[in-house]
Amino acid sequence: MNSNPAEASINRASGKREDTVSTEAAFRRLKPERGVSGDFIFKGVTVLFAFSILVIIAVMVVEMVDQSLPTIRKFGWSFVSGREWDPVQESFGALPYIWGSVVSSILALLLATPLSVGTAIFVTEIAPKRFGAVVAALVELLASVPSVIYGLWGVLVMAPWLQQTVQPYLIDHFGFLPFFEGAPYGVSMLAAVFILMIMVVPIITSITKEVLLAVPQSQREAAIALGATRWEMIRMAVLPYGRSGILGAVILGLGRAIGETMAVTMVIGNTPQISLSLLSPAYTMPSVIANEFAEASSALHGAALMEIGLILLAVTLVINVLARLLLWGMTRRGARGGAK
Amino acid sequence: MFNVVRKAITLLALLATTAVAGQAGAETLINGAGATFPYPLYSKWFSEYAKINPSVKFNYQSIGSGGGIKQITAQTVDFGASDKPLSDAELAAAPGKLLHIPTVMGAVVVTYNVPGAPKGLKLKVEDVADIYLGKITKWNDPRIADDNPGVRLPNAPIIVVHRSDGSGTTAIFTDFLRGVSSEWAHKVGTGTSVRWPVGLGGKGNEGVAGQVKTTANSIGYVELAYAFENKLPCATLKNKSGYWVEPSIQSTSAAAAGAVKHMPADYRISLVNQPGKNAYPIAGFTYLLIYQQQKNRETGRRLVEFLNWELEKGQKMAAPLLYAPLPENVKKMVGKTIKTIKY
Repeated sequence: MNSNPAEASINRASGKREDTVSTEAAFRRLKPERGVSGDFIFKGVTVLFAFSILVIIAVMVVEMVDQSLPTIRKFGWSFVSGREWDPVQESFGALPYIWGSVVSSILALLLATPLSVGTAIFVTEIAPKRFGAVVAALVELLASVPSVIYGLWGVLVMAPWLQQTVQPYLIDHFGFLPFFEGAPYGVSMLAAVFILMIMVVPIITSITKEVLLAVPQSQREAAIALGATRWEMIRMAVLPYGRSGILGAVILGLGRAIGETMAVTMVIGNTPQISLSLLSPAYTMPSVIANEFAEASSALHGAALMEIGLILLAVTLVINVLARLLLWGMTRRGARGGAK
Repeated sequence: MFNVVRKAITLLALLATTAVAGQAGAETLINGAGATFPYPLYSKWFSEYAKINPSVKFNYQSIGSGGGIKQITAQTVDFGASDKPLSDAELAAAPGKLLHIPTVMGAVVVTYNVPGAPKGLKLKVEDVADIYLGKITKWNDPRIADDNPGVRLPNAPIIVVHRSDGSGTTAIFTDFLRGVSSEWAHKVGTGTSVRWPVGLGGKGNEGVAGQVKTTANSIGYVELAYAFENKLPCATLKNKSGYWVEPSIQSTSAAAAGAVKHMPADYRISLVNQPGKNAYPIAGFTYLLIYQQQKNRETGRRLVEFLNWELEKGQKMAAPLLYAPLPENVKKMVGKTIKTIKY
C-alpha cells in the first residue's frame, strides 16, 4: 500500500500537523474533571454494548445446546454424518442438509462475487457519475425485495424456464458430466443457486461499491502517473486496497445465502439427498427447520431440528474463520511481494 | 378557551376508559390454538357466533396441530385444535383428561398433470401406494392403463410430488397409504413428516399444486378444499369395498358414516379406507381438544354453549366452505360427549 514513499511521507506530515492542532483545541475545550467522568461513562456504555452481543450469542448457544441434548445424547457425531432423516422411526442424520446448505451457498457466491465486484467497479470507476448512481440505486432496490417474492418468482417463472429450456440443454450437451445428470425437474439445486445469487448480488455490490469509493484518489493517481492503463490501475491499485473490505462483503453475502429460508425452500425441491448433479433436488438446513418445526410433536424430532440450527451456526462460523484465514494469507503474501 | 377544550378532552378520555373497562368485565375471552386446516371455518364460526352472543370473544391462533397439542398440554390456551388424534403418550402427558371433539371432516385428493388424460383419472388405491413407493414409474403402466380404457397415457416417468412441510394433510395421506400397502406400513409409516421413498417436496398446498401444474406427468396430493377452489383435476379412487368414488363433500361425510359402527367413545379413529359404497378413502376428522374438567367456571360454560351451537347451527356453514359436515349419527354421539364436560 505504501508503495510510493513520497506520497506516504506527505500523508504522514500533513497528518501530524492536523493532529497537533486538533489535540490542542480539544485540550482547550475540555475541563479535566468533566473529561474524565465523560470518558468513563462513554467507555462503560460501549463495553456494556459490546458485551451484550457476546451475552446474547452465549445465551443462544447455551439454549440451543440444551434443547438439542436429546439428539446429541442419542446420536452423537453420527447425527452430523448420518444421511437418513426419518421422523416416523425417529432416526435423524443431518448430512444431506449440511451438504445442501454449503453447496448452494458457495456456488451462489462463486457466481455472485465476480458479478457484484464487476458491477461495483463499473459504478465507481467506469460509468459516468449519474448513470452509475442510477445503476447503484437499482441494485440496492433488489436488496429490499422480500425473499418470498423471489421464491414465488422462482417457482412460477424461473423453475419452469429451467425445466423446459436450460436443463434439457444442459442434459443434451453436458449430460456426460456427473453435474448435469438426471431428469429436468425445474426445482433443483441449480434453481436454488440462481435464486441465492440474485439475492446476494445487491449486498455484495453495494458494500463493494462503498469500499471502492473509500480507496484514496492518490492511489489511482499514483498508478496512472506510473503509466498504468485504467484496467491496470483498477487491478493493481484499487482492488488490492479494498481486498479486505470486499471479502467482508462476500462474507455478509454468505450470511444471507446460508441463512436464506423461504425463497430456497420454494425452489430447491426439499429432498434430503446428496447428489453431485445440480439438476437434482436437494434440501437445506434452514428449509428443514422452517418446514418441520411447526408440526414436530415428538420431543426427539424437535431436538433434531434444534441441533440442525446449532450446526448451521457452527458451519457459518467455520466458513467465516476460513475466509479470514484466507484473507490473512493473502495479505501476508501481498506484503512479502511488496517488500521484494 | 384552551383550558375548556383540554377539560373536555380529559373527560372524554375518562369516559372512554370506563366504557372499555366496563365491557371487558362482562366479556369472556376464550383462547385457542392449533390446526391451520379448519381455520377458515373456525374464524367464520367465531364471527357468526359473536353476532348471537357478543359477550364471548374467541382468539384462535392457527399455529399448526403440533403447536395446538403443545399449548393445550401446557394449559396456555382454553382449547386446542388438531387434525390428528392424540397418541396415548400425548394424552398421558396432559395434566387432565383431554376430550377429542370432532368438528368437521376434511379429505385429501390425488391431483395430477398428465397431458391427454381427462378429469377424474381412475386409480386403484394400491396403485397410488406403489406410485409413492416408486414401484410404478411410468404413466402407461398396465396397472393404470387397464383402469382407464380409451385414455392414451404417455410413456413418461411419473414425477411424484409431496408436501415438504409437516402437515396434517400428510398425516392423513400417509395413514391412507399405510392402510392399503403393507410395504408402505413397513418402510415408511405415517406422520406429519415422513421419509419419502421418491419425489419432490413442495411447501404447503400451494407448493404441491404449483409443482404439479408446472410439471408435466406429475402427481401430487392436496386438501380437497384447495383442489376444488383451484379447479385441479382429481383422481377417482377405487376404495376397499371395490367401488370407484370421486372426492366430494358427500363422499367425505360418507367415510365417517361408514365408521360409526366401530367408532370409539373418544373418536380417536382414522377415517381412511372406511367401508361403504360412497366412502371416499382419504378422509379424516379435525378435532377440538378440551379438558373434561374445566378450571374456570365461566370459560367452561361459554365453551360448552359454543360447542352446542357449532354442532347445531355451525355444521350448516361447513359445506359452502368445502368442509364435510358430521353425519347425523356422529353428531348425536358428539352431543353426548359435550354433556360430559364439567365446569
